[in-house]
Amino acid sequence: MNAIRVLAAPEPALPNVQSFGHDPLWITIIKAVAIFVFLLLSVMYGVWMERKLISRMQHRYGPNRAGKFGLLQSIADALKMGFKEDLYPSKVDRFLYAIAPVILVVPAFMAFSVIPFGPTVSMFGEQTPLQLTDLPIAVLFVLAMASIGVYGIVLAGWSSRSPYAVLGGLRSSAQVVSYEIAMGLSFVGVFLFAGTLSTSEIVAKQASGGTWEVLGLSIPMPSWYVVMLIPSFLIYAITMLGETNRVPFDLPEGEGELVGGYQTEYSSSLKFALIQMGEYVNVFVVSAVSITLFFGGWRAPWPISLWEGANVGYWPLLWFFIKLVLVFGGFIWVRASMPRIRYDQLMAFGWKVLIPLNLAWIMLVATVRAFRIEGADRTALFTIAALVVVGCLVLFFRFDTVLQRRRETRAEELKQEFELLEEQPAAGGHPVPPLDLPHYHGADRKEISSGIH
Amino acid sequence: MGETITFWVLAVVSVAAALGLVLSRKAVYCALMLGVVMGSLAVLYAVQEAPFLAAVQIIVYTGAVMMLFLFVLMLVGVDSTDSLVETIKGQRFWAIVAGLGFAALLALAIGNVAFVRPTGLGGATSQYGGNVQGLAQLIFTRHVFAFEVASALLITAALAAMVLAHRERAKAKPTQKDLARARFAGPHPTPLPGPGVYARHNANDMPALLPDGTVSELSVNRIIARHDVQEGRLPEDPRLAEAIRQAVEVEEESK
Repeated sequence: MNAIRVLAAPEPALPNVQSFGHDPLWITIIKAVAIFVFLLLSVMYGVWMERKLISRMQHRYGPNRAGKFGLLQSIADALKMGFKEDLYPSKVDRFLYAIAPVILVVPAFMAFSVIPFGPTVSMFGEQTPLQLTDLPIAVLFVLAMASIGVYGIVLAGWSSRSPYAVLGGLRSSAQVVSYEIAMGLSFVGVFLFAGTLSTSEIVAKQASGGTWEVLGLSIPMPSWYVVMLIPSFLIYAITMLGETNRVPFDLPEGEGELVGGYQTEYSSSLKFALIQMGEYVNVFVVSAVSITLFFGGWRAPWPISLWEGANVGYWPLLWFFIKLVLVFGGFIWVRASMPRIRYDQLMAFGWKVLIPLNLAWIMLVATVRAFRIEGADRTALFTIAALVVVGCLVLFFRFDTVLQRRRETRAEELKQEFELLEEQPAAGGHPVPPLDLPHYHGADRKEISSGIH
Repeated sequence: MGETITFWVLAVVSVAAALGLVLSRKAVYCALMLGVVMGSLAVLYAVQEAPFLAAVQIIVYTGAVMMLFLFVLMLVGVDSTDSLVETIKGQRFWAIVAGLGFAALLALAIGNVAFVRPTGLGGATSQYGGNVQGLAQLIFTRHVFAFEVASALLITAALAAMVLAHRERAKAKPTQKDLARARFAGPHPTPLPGPGVYARHNANDMPALLPDGTVSELSVNRIIARHDVQEGRLPEDPRLAEAIRQAVEVEEESK
């Protein structure tokens, strides 16, 4: 009751963890149903938007028959999937085959329960924040839901009893578990700056940047974490493509090699619709998390935020929605422009690039944060930081000399090979034309131009 | 009220899943049942107002450890029933000893409640300003050494596993260049013939017809050809059947 009285004050207080858990049941039900309906509509029109946008990027029109601008295309598809006969291939593990799409889709919806859509508003006379619930560990909850969702993919692959599906499921589990580590690490910078894991409080912390007192100057800091923590954000942006199996990391369903990956045996029935829905909701979850952690959540961007009423009432829903559409548009843009990468490259990139880079960046952020703590022992901090830097440099030069030596050996080998080929052009086994043919003067001689160009 | 309902529902679910874990014959089902037990534990932690523990339980145990289990089971393809022959000597005896020891430990730990007045969650966490903050404070101050030692142990174990599983290559892996060279050095630098212009089938076990209409034995997959000969599934055209038989003979000669 206390919290409600505080929130009812004329100056609308920003919601924090304590503002949750006081709603009457019917308000909670309204919010839950609203999120559910929003996500269902988002999936339908997300598919439509993806097809339309990617078509325009490829100089075609995309769906344009069902309804104006093809707006009813998704509804037609959904009806078709709903009415199609639900087939079970003869050898599948029936129980797991049926339950796998459900396991995939339910955690995706649950993760949205901790996403803040707006500030405290008056809903049918009740003061309540525009967020279903919040936890002291809300961001970890999103990660936990993502890791349960993988079970759906793995089980879909395994229960199908088909080599392609099993390979797709295995690829996916390895990929998601690896990229989840990098994803979790890219949150750490935000946690260090915000000092909390609760989504509503992280959004509140991005309201104003504050100032940084250094050398007698007070430098205003930008309020969105995407500016201060740009390396964290970039790594998160990559991992969110990996986590949701989107292009260029959509190897689990790489149709060139695995037919449809883990969903190969799901014909286009309601179960297939569930798998598709789960994938799209997952995309929306990672987009919403990126908005919440890095783009100021529901808060209006700069020119709009000059207006007093921008961050009050139901307006923030609109800002959140616009940001969601933009981030989702980014996903589509990436899909239109990137080829799929190879699986070993994907794994090497995740483990050998993203995670070490992230750890180094966290060290840096933590050091900066420690310097800014009041009454911190700066001498000790400085000594430790200097030791770490010197250690890293020593390691770097050590490896650099080793690598340099390796490069030199390789260059020497290549040089010898070229010399050998110069003497005996057919040494490599290839049928090579003689290098002294009249029209060919060898690589090291100047090319004689025809005089036309 | 909600807590009681959750407890009784999850008690049934997790005990049933635990029984299923022990009784199920299929390794993948066992792993899944273990996942259900871990998930129920996470929900119980959440109901007991330990949200951090619940999230970590799901992320670490259900998400990573169980996923690795499943991964290995599916990769190795342990699908059939396990052999029930016991290979470790005295396994049952030591299992009973360990079980009794664990029961005694549990009884003592829980029985402690009867003698010492519990502080309660509020009393334990109020000095830190919250449950998660309290955990953070304790992990990074009082128990920091224990955590570092545990992580050193885990890293050592991971490195040891890598060293044990590591296998030196007897010779360097052939690069794309080596493979190309080997191909040019061999008798067929070009790809093997496809079905051919006059072909009436493009099945894998049908020999190709060269542009002049002759049959190419090169195009037959040796392994499929052997099966075809063994099972008497040769094509009706005598020329094609002869090519398949020849492909098998060539293979046997090369052995």
